[in-house]
Amino acid sequence: MAIETHTNVSHDVHGHAHHDGHHHHKETFITKYIFSEDHKMIAKQFLISGLIWAFIGGAMSIIFRLQLGFPDMNLSFLRPILGGWILETGKLDPEFYLALVTMHGTIMVFFVLTAGLSGTFSNFLIPLQIGARDMASGFMNMLSYWFFFVASLIMFFSIFLETGPASGGWVVYPPLSALPQAMPGSGLGMTMWLVSMALFIVSSLLGGINYITTVINMRTRGMSFSRLPLTIWAFFLTAIIGLLSFPVLFAAALLLIFDRSFGTSFYLSEIYIDGQALPNMGGSPILYQHLFWFLGHPEVYIVLLPALGITSEIIATNARKPIFGYRAMVMSMVAIGILSFIVWAHHMFVTGMNPFLGSIFMFLTLIIAVPSAVKAFNYITTLWRGNIIFTPAMLFSIGLVSVFISGGVTGIVLGNNALDIQLHDTYFVVAHFHIVMGSASFFGFMAGVYHWFPKMFGRMMDPNLGYLHFWLTFIGIYMVFFPMHYIGIAGFPRRYYSFTSFDAFKIFSDLNMFISAAAIITFAAQSIFAFNFIYSIFKGKKAPENPWLSNTLEWTTPRLPGHGNWEGDIPTVHRWAYDYSKPNADKDGFDDFIPQYVPLSKTPHSNLPHEQELAKFEQEEEQSNVNAQH
Amino acid sequence: MLGFIIGVIVALILSVLFMLFRIQTLVSLVKTAKSRVDSFNKLNAALMLIVPVIGFILFIWYSGVASQYYLPEPASEHGKMTDGMFWITIYVITAMFLLTNVLLFFFAFRYQYKEGYKASFFHDNTRLEIVWTIIPAAIMTWLVLYGNYIWWEIMKDPPKDAVVVELMGHQFAWKVRYPGKDNALGKYDFRLTDNVNEMGIDFEDKNANDDFMSGEIHIPVNHPILFKIRARDVLHSVFAPHFRLKMDAVPGMPTQFLFTPTKTTEQMRTELNNPKFNYEIACTEVCGRGHFAMRLIVIVEDEATYKKWYAAQKPFLENNPNYKGKGLNQYLKKNLAESQQNTKEKASLIP
Ligand code: HEM
Ligand SMILES: [Cu+2]
Ligand SMILES: [Cu+2]
Repeated sequence: MAIETHTNVSHDVHGHAHHDGHHHHKETFITKYIFSEDHKMIAKQFLISGLIWAFIGGAMSIIFRLQLGFPDMNLSFLRPILGGWILETGKLDPEFYLALVTMHGTIMVFFVLTAGLSGTFSNFLIPLQIGARDMASGFMNMLSYWFFFVASLIMFFSIFLETGPASGGWVVYPPLSALPQAMPGSGLGMTMWLVSMALFIVSSLLGGINYITTVINMRTRGMSFSRLPLTIWAFFLTAIIGLLSFPVLFAAALLLIFDRSFGTSFYLSEIYIDGQALPNMGGSPILYQHLFWFLGHPEVYIVLLPALGITSEIIATNARKPIFGYRAMVMSMVAIGILSFIVWAHHMFVTGMNPFLGSIFMFLTLIIAVPSAVKAFNYITTLWRGNIIFTPAMLFSIGLVSVFISGGVTGIVLGNNALDIQLHDTYFVVAHFHIVMGSASFFGFMAGVYHWFPKMFGRMMDPNLGYLHFWLTFIGIYMVFFPMHYIGIAGFPRRYYSFTSFDAFKIFSDLNMFISAAAIITFAAQSIFAFNFIYSIFKGKKAPENPWLSNTLEWTTPRLPGHGNWEGDIPTVHRWAYDYSKPNADKDGFDDFIPQYVPLSKTPHSNLPHEQELAKFEQEEEQSNVNAQH
Repeated sequence: MLGFIIGVIVALILSVLFMLFRIQTLVSLVKTAKSRVDSFNKLNAALMLIVPVIGFILFIWYSGVASQYYLPEPASEHGKMTDGMFWITIYVITAMFLLTNVLLFFFAFRYQYKEGYKASFFHDNTRLEIVWTIIPAAIMTWLVLYGNYIWWEIMKDPPKDAVVVELMGHQFAWKVRYPGKDNALGKYDFRLTDNVNEMGIDFEDKNANDDFMSGEIHIPVNHPILFKIRARDVLHSVFAPHFRLKMDAVPGMPTQFLFTPTKTTEQMRTELNNPKFNYEIACTEVCGRGHFAMRLIVIVEDEATYKKWYAAQKPFLENNPNYKGKGLNQYLKKNLAESQQNTKEKASLIP
């Protein structure tokens, strides 16, 4: 305790210096909006980029859903955008179909839900919620965004290549991705994919190191780890997972680059293609899969944990109730974080890997269901006997819990290797991961935007449009992804351009049509959000400082926090973030929430017994601090 | 013209919507907030009940409608086991799904904001946490043990008398080879591949002499079958939905899958009342342009018909006699000679 106080005091002093300094240097347009080192501006940059990418990725899914739902449709009207990718017959080129699927997956997973979600909210909330003036290194943080930006540009331009962008699926398994002879997308498009992803990884690592350092070193006085809001725990653990797993993807990509360009044989062996036997011997395509999924599985949690953190915060605030089982929530996130590194081979049950490994990985995979279930139960219990206010953010958070469960339970089927034999690479998998990873993280993203928009832009989003957006999206995604289970159980393989070649897959054309129609409506409903977002930035109702009557520190900043976040001193933290509806708070003069900066000594009536002890201790310390400063 | 009219109409509708929205926001500005929640809180709460209930009805209804299309009719021994386990798992997870979703939405509805009500400060209960850790853990343990048992039934070592069929995936079709009368497949090497010898069979190996290729797979019913699987160019994956069989085809790393078909094609035709029924193999690892059309037909027949068919097949060498004796050693020697020749030529260029 003493040590902690000490470091925090010194940090506080540093904070002052920084803060005082900032009035002197003038900010130009470029340093304020473009090469900004302010975490809030960087967060907004990630947010806007992420949303643009989400729109592009979503539009792609609509195009290939048209192909799947209406295989006979004449798509000539898309020729102005897609040019030669629409064949003479008015149909989509099968290779371009694969290109679209690949880009859609890559964009959604990495650019929207990793950079867009984690980049936005880790950057925005970490300093604000732990009580820091900015990130540990503003410069590295700026670099993180600009690396992401360059990665985005490269990925974006690869879409317009003559030979098309990378097309081997978002996992880009070699040899398909290593051999330009195998498909045109494996030429320059694949090179650009690899370069872009390499830069993307650099960006993630720069961001991650910053998040971790900031959380460890820059918490304000009193903000012990056990008082951190669950959002921060989630971002912190996410950053650690990213830091440990992204380098492995980098290695995998590097070896692939070598195989592609320098004649090595890490992943290639005994290949005869295009009338030619290649000289490569001794490599293993399975090695790539191990390396890829060593990132790939943790990646699922990299996109999911921040969404869960955001949800914890929003559910507690709007149920006006402390989050249930704070400690269990933290422990299950830690457990998920650790386990996420040792389940990767459940993506590889039928690759021909040793069946013994299959056994082990099934066991480990099903363990991870336990902490996930614990989280779900804790959310549900948080609602029990709450006093729930359905803000748009709250709606999306409840929606998240629902899809997290619905998608999670099918993981129990897929994690079972005996059952995965039939279901692997079918639409059952597509249904599973879109619900548990895609929808859940997307809901978390939306919830976060609705909730923190007032602090980001100083204005409120229109709640009514928010409600409409939520209900259309919630119903929509269930209509799109739930039916895919049936299709998957019937055996329909994924990444199929059309299902007409097989008798076994001739059924369900009506259901596929339904899914496509639902997807189009759901996608269209997002325009309500787009309108609300843009309109509210400029014309929204001015936000109060603490619109949701929340406890965490970001709501103690001014309506539009400047560089340095707090105008005066950084607030000191005296309690956890979840003192909602505390008994007897009214006797202390509080409504149904007691913010984190309120000293325990100010709330003698509502303190719990152990807090009463702490209050005494705190007072003594306060005294000694005052003495020390004079 | 039509496009223009549609455009105008859409623009009109959008502007009307926008105006409604403006009015609505202006009105809400004028209204001073008395309560913490707006008038939609009740509606949202009600929808928390209505939407899931409708969803649930649709789920039940459609699951009935689609039941005819569920897992295709199983036609292998292990398929019956995995199907049994699949349905048990589905029941378990449906129960979990319903229980948790019902609680979630019911609580959301039940504990909607009420003026003057105070939420309970209930935030910790170790006993509850332990209970809901142990229950899922127990269910998972049971599923793991059950699944593991079936997994090893499927992955067991092949018996000596298994019928061996070799499948090779390439862009974009499957090639099938049988060992011939000696029941032993000859060696192969990717460097021997050409337009005729598409599987790169090494005919220096005596075992290859009677090997034959086939455009379809024929297998006897109720007999263990061993698929030996490989790929020539990129990854592919053998997927036979009716046999509950899937295994990747990997260049440079042969794989295999053992199974026992339990129903002949004819039986399936009568059972499904579909005279055109055929067992199919599809590719489930993305492999390029033609990935969605790598179809191969499997014909399951009774032992006698199978034997007759097998005996009638002509070995590859009979159809292509000039491949006799062509194999890897010859190829390597030729290659070596060529490269020596090249070096000599290069050397002679040096003055
Ligand atoms: C508008 C909503 C969306 C729709 C309609 C949609 C639809 C689809 C469909 C039908 C496929 C499978 C295509 C195929 O296998 O042939 C697919 C693939 C995929 N989607 Fe989505 N999706 C949507 C949003 C998302 C989101 C939010 C994510 C984020 C996790 C996501 C991630 C992926 C991934 C990773 C793949 C696999 C790509 C691959 O096979 O390489 N999608 N999507
Ligand atoms: Cu995984
Ligand atoms: Cu394929």
